[in-house]
Amino acid sequence: MTAMTASAAGQKLCSCHVCNLVSRREQLSVQAHCPRCGAFLHFRKPGSVVRCWALLIAAYILYIPANLLTMMETGSIFSYRKDTIISGVVHLWKTGSWGIAVIVFIASVTIPLLKLMSLTLLLVSVQRRSRWHPRQRTRLYRLVELVGRWSMLDIYVVTLLAALVQLGAMATVKAGPAAVAFGAVVVLTMFASMQFDPRLIWDPLQKERNP
Amino acid sequence: MAHPAQLIACHDCDLLQREIPLNPGCAASCSRCGAVLYRNATDSIDRALAYSLAAAVVFVIANLFPIFSIEVQGDRTSITLMGAVRSLWNQDMQTISLLVLLTTVLIPALELTSMTYLLLPLKFRRVPAGYTLLLRLMRMAEPWGMVEVFMLGVLVSLVKLTSSFKVIPGVSLWSFGVLTLLLAAAAASFSPRDVWARLDSIPGLEVTP
Repeated sequence: MTAMTASAAGQKLCSCHVCNLVSRREQLSVQAHCPRCGAFLHFRKPGSVVRCWALLIAAYILYIPANLLTMMETGSIFSYRKDTIISGVVHLWKTGSWGIAVIVFIASVTIPLLKLMSLTLLLVSVQRRSRWHPRQRTRLYRLVELVGRWSMLDIYVVTLLAALVQLGAMATVKAGPAAVAFGAVVVLTMFASMQFDPRLIWDPLQKERNP
Repeated sequence: MAHPAQLIACHDCDLLQREIPLNPGCAASCSRCGAVLYRNATDSIDRALAYSLAAAVVFVIANLFPIFSIEVQGDRTSITLMGAVRSLWNQDMQTISLLVLLTTVLIPALELTSMTYLLLPLKFRRVPAGYTLLLRLMRMAEPWGMVEVFMLGVLVSLVKLTSSFKVIPGVSLWSFGVLTLLLAAAAASFSPRDVWARLDSIPGLEVTP
């Protein structure tokens, strides 16, 4: 890479989010389209911080019922269980499936929490125009984008079990209301991380170099 | 200022950099934040096309056959992916049912068909109609295809079921395993940058930014 210190936006150059073509954009008032692929051009994702906050707060609210309500009901002539996400993990651990318990714990507890907290940290730091470890924060954002999808795991497990185990009095598995709330948390946090623009992390530093 | 086509802005930190030629198999990363800017993937169009055609075949098999069956007192119940979606819909879990349908069937199907539709003509230096719209659509759909997560979900359910039932793995179980690998290979070799470079090289489509 040739060493340069200018951001594209500082040079009135705009990189297309679809095809990555860098093109010049002079008038900010006019809606511009990428000359190659026709996508809307914008220096930063429009309304990034506000939209990300809105989605994130919605996710926080739904995170409560997702953890308090029943995720899965298991019934048979011998026993009846109602499991929340956490109690499901504990049950797996107690019955000896340690490996699976760890996988489910990471996918359903660690990852959603990591996403919610990381996005909050990123949003707060961007709003305060913080110059604190931008490289690390960008890495954190990439991590959030990478692992976010894996929290869908529990939804798939519940779907498969609830569909397969329908044996009447012998055994029945039913998906609980927490599944809907948890699914919504996953989708909302995915949308939130898509709305966040990591270039905002670097903007406060750019102002320093090109006053 | 050099020709704008040689400039690249980092998608993560917006640092403006000049592109340099790369050796095959190498990747260029941003000098400031470390994001991968582009790779020099050998024959990315051919490879992505081959993987997506293979994945399309396996995708059909994976959706037609049962994933696994359980046997209770001689009675065997089996399940397909579509069967699971339908069953969940009937249990008044329509939202979850739609979410599963979208992330494991519709989006992967869309990705595979659009990749084939796009790359097959490009291989013969023809321009597929509506390619800009399609490339935008693929970019939007990309995060929502979750076959690999579903595969892990299948394995977790398998282990959970073996504690109370006799479980018989079905054809789809293996197909989903293969599909996961093929989709990962197709996604890894598909390079929008090379697609745009190929499009730019076709006469009549040159861009003057």
